[in-house]
Amino acid sequence: MATDPITRGDELLAVRDVKKYFPITRGIIFQKQVAQVQAVDGVSFTVNQGETLGIVGESGCGKSTLARCIVRLLDTTEGSIIFEGRDITKLSRAAMRPIRRQMTMIFQDPYASLNPRKRVGFIIGEALEVHKLGTPSEVKTRVQELLEVVGLNPEHYNRFPHEFSGGQRQRIGVARALAVNPRLIVCDEPVSALDVSVQAQILNLLKDLQDEFDLTYIFIAHDLNVVRHISDRVMVMYLGKVAEVASRHDLYSEPKHPYTGALLSAVPIANPELGRKREPIVLEGDVPSPVNPPSACRFHPRCPRFVEGHCDVEEPPLYPFGTGDHVAACHYPLERWPMSATEMRRGSGAKARSPEEALPA
Amino acid sequence: MALLEVTDLRTSFHTEDGVVTAVDGVSFSIEKGQTLGIVGESGCGKSVTCLTIMGLNPKRNTVSSGTAMWKGKNLIGAKPKELREIRGDEMSMIFQDPMTSLNPVHSIGKQLIEAVQLHRDVTTRVARARALELLKAVGIPRAENRIDDYPHQFSGGMRQRVMIAMALVNDPDLLIADEPTTALDVTTQAQILNLMKRLQQEFGSAILMITHDLGVIAETADDVLVMYAAKVVEKANVDDLFSRPQHPYTWGLMGSLPRLDADVERLTQIPGQPPSLLRPPSGCRFHPRCPYVMDVCKSKVPELEPAQHDPKHEQACFLDPQTKDREAAKLLAATMAEAG
Amino acid sequence: MFRYLVRRTLWAIVLFLVIMFVTFVIFFMAPNNPARAVCGGDQARPECLVLATEKLGLDKPIYIQYSRFIGRLLPVSRPVSFQGGVHLRQPHFKTPSLGTAFATSEELNQTIIKAAPVTASLVIGGAVLWMLIGLTVGIFSALKPRSLLDRGAMVFVLIGVSAHPVWIGLILSYFFGVKWDITPIANYSYFFGAPADSGLPGGPWQWFYHMILPWCTFALLFSALYVRMIRANVMETLNEDFVRTARAKGAPERRVLISHVLRNALLPVVTMLGMDIGVALGGAIFTEGIFQLPGLGRTAILAINNQDLATVQAVVVFATVAILIFNLVVDLLYAWIDPRIRLT
Repeated sequence: MATDPITRGDELLAVRDVKKYFPITRGIIFQKQVAQVQAVDGVSFTVNQGETLGIVGESGCGKSTLARCIVRLLDTTEGSIIFEGRDITKLSRAAMRPIRRQMTMIFQDPYASLNPRKRVGFIIGEALEVHKLGTPSEVKTRVQELLEVVGLNPEHYNRFPHEFSGGQRQRIGVARALAVNPRLIVCDEPVSALDVSVQAQILNLLKDLQDEFDLTYIFIAHDLNVVRHISDRVMVMYLGKVAEVASRHDLYSEPKHPYTGALLSAVPIANPELGRKREPIVLEGDVPSPVNPPSACRFHPRCPRFVEGHCDVEEPPLYPFGTGDHVAACHYPLERWPMSATEMRRGSGAKARSPEEALPA
Repeated sequence: MALLEVTDLRTSFHTEDGVVTAVDGVSFSIEKGQTLGIVGESGCGKSVTCLTIMGLNPKRNTVSSGTAMWKGKNLIGAKPKELREIRGDEMSMIFQDPMTSLNPVHSIGKQLIEAVQLHRDVTTRVARARALELLKAVGIPRAENRIDDYPHQFSGGMRQRVMIAMALVNDPDLLIADEPTTALDVTTQAQILNLMKRLQQEFGSAILMITHDLGVIAETADDVLVMYAAKVVEKANVDDLFSRPQHPYTWGLMGSLPRLDADVERLTQIPGQPPSLLRPPSGCRFHPRCPYVMDVCKSKVPELEPAQHDPKHEQACFLDPQTKDREAAKLLAATMAEAG
Repeated sequence: MFRYLVRRTLWAIVLFLVIMFVTFVIFFMAPNNPARAVCGGDQARPECLVLATEKLGLDKPIYIQYSRFIGRLLPVSRPVSFQGGVHLRQPHFKTPSLGTAFATSEELNQTIIKAAPVTASLVIGGAVLWMLIGLTVGIFSALKPRSLLDRGAMVFVLIGVSAHPVWIGLILSYFFGVKWDITPIANYSYFFGAPADSGLPGGPWQWFYHMILPWCTFALLFSALYVRMIRANVMETLNEDFVRTARAKGAPERRVLISHVLRNALLPVVTMLGMDIGVALGGAIFTEGIFQLPGLGRTAILAINNQDLATVQAVVVFATVAILIFNLVVDLLYAWIDPRIRLT
């Protein structure tokens, strides 16, 4: 594979204005498209070699759809995905094949994502066989090596998935993703189905593997604690759009988008004293449907700092903050953090960002 | 007198592979208007504990012993009819998955009215008014228009509100909540927890909160039970538990938790897997995974005993109090380092 | 709900046209000459063949033959062309016609009207019987799994699924009819009295008495399948979270079963019933053969033996329409009992 050597810190993946719409059809006999689910609507970001980008958001925010678009399990409606400097958005299946060795995926449900009728050796080694990376005996050696790497007994090569516990199955999923020596692993809620103690084991494993094999992760989760633990940078999504992107430290200590603030304050803290001191910002209502998303800023109907005639009319661009690697899509960003619910409601002198400040698209 | 006094509760299931004792000698009590949390990982017996108290285990293969005193009546071994009269009236329950916990073919109004009429001899009109009142109390917008809607027409958070309304419709003294927010999103979870707190003040019911989430426990419970492999390993007031945990399993749980309030480079994981309850380990059930294991742990079963610093804080571990306090302080220092 | 209804009805019409087309093509392609059947088979005289070919329209192109075939079936006649500015015929309603039999020149409408009630008695009565058995045995064995009743039911299911209806029919008539002489072993008895010339006994009791063995034969396979399905559905529903919710509300077991379990468990059964009635109509051929019931199946078999394609076609057309209507009714019923479908 004649790809340029990429050093740590270089851009590995760039996602530019990606949109993914699912059509909704209706009709008495002939189906015609009447609407579309705007699952992902114009998302751009980059991932650097060796880093972990966490993507966090609630159900329906489009994070899983985005993950599937990145690894081309779904075709994007619009926009481009650039991997190692090459636009892979429109590549054919055959042209995609070598790239599939470079990026793999770990799925949420360790029970459903492993074929129950195949032996573990086959599940992990399948990709090696598909890509013709070795003779059967080489594949077997490699699989046993991988089992050891993820902390399973290499002797268990011939067992079936049901003979393993949930945590062990997720280790098998990790081994499968590692088999072809990828550069990028997209992890879609890899620990959501696991108990806390097992979750910690998998998170530690992922961190160790990253150091050992210089991996890059896109880590998708709904749990802010987990994302904070594993990510270098974090992207918050709301209803198909990017709300905020920042380094882990900035995002959790100085959130700018009111939605990020609300998310942070909604997470229960395992510290009763601290918990009693803070006043959670409880959002009203539910996440609206992505079929008919609210106009302009999609968060405006639930936002405590909503300004009529501005937030529902003009879509906020990603404004930069600080040194510029912290961006948030809000006209009236939070001035400080932590903030109480009453402080968050405007009137505390929040001023609008001017459009000139926006990042060039 | 405690509202519910559970003593030495045991529940075993007869399965094809053998007898599984899912709850093994659990004791606790709940006072009026108080919240007791039970925390533990899946399979630790926290849900079965509640189902046993409610008498909802499958009769065919279950054996329960011990006592659960409710208003002077032992619920374990009570007649089905007596239990039925208590369930849904004095004591009610909400479940983890609001998607599947409501009957898809009946409107939510019908299901709430059923809950009222099972215990009150009132007309449908009166029951409906009561149902509507509760739907409003739990914050269903336009409740009078939505009362005849079906469960699939509501979002997950709204369904859990409906479940809460149904549980509270007869003013119960105890509400058992089995992972009520696990299936919900963070902001929805915050709404539901907030709602439960508010309604607890309004209705004055006691809550038995079952969860795997230490964060939820910290925010809702007054007292906490930590369960591991069918047994209670630690029992304490919530502040005491989080500031001075006394059991290695509790330390493991707290160390495993990625947190918002502290930067931890590496999580302290508990090695291995939870044991099978078909053949639980000898002695202390945590000993195969415990970093502090001693010889005595392998042969002798530790009983719940008062901790040295506070007799109300109970724990089941043979380690000496000094080591415990030292480890607890270490853990706290690690997680509190950047707190605030 | 209205959209659903319209969609279902339109689909039924489309299906009808498609099936009619397929039926027509199959019979058109069949390697024999209908004209020969009309003229008395192998000894047909050539002049008769010519006449019959013309009369049946066999010399016309296939699309004309098809449009005549459909035209006969529609309940409305088409207006015929103007001549000198005068309408010769206005469109008007008429009775759909299935045509005439090749072999006997009998009006096929009459043939079907005579045979259909026999088959309907068999199929509907059989369905009632298999639902009765399926529901009672299925529900009770689900409530008490591994009990004696449950194990007995499983044996019954095994027999019902593996034994062929013809064999079952013969065994039943041998024991109940011949050996113990409890039931009649053949012939049909009309519910409203037999036609005067048939010489058969009539009346509801005789009808019931004559149908006992055919019903049992006919229903055995399906009752076995339904016992198994209903048992599985009820057991699955009993483990649903909402059933636990109902118990947690303090509902008594009977109420839990009737109001919460059964309604959900029987939803798929309704769909199955809709589909199986069609399959069962095919199975009726065997039963009618064994017990010599003059129903549609026997009519079709006799017609096949006589190379009377017109009659076979008429039976197929009638059966198709019956199944379509039945499926439509089931779909609407389903929408009525399942609110999740009602709204889409």
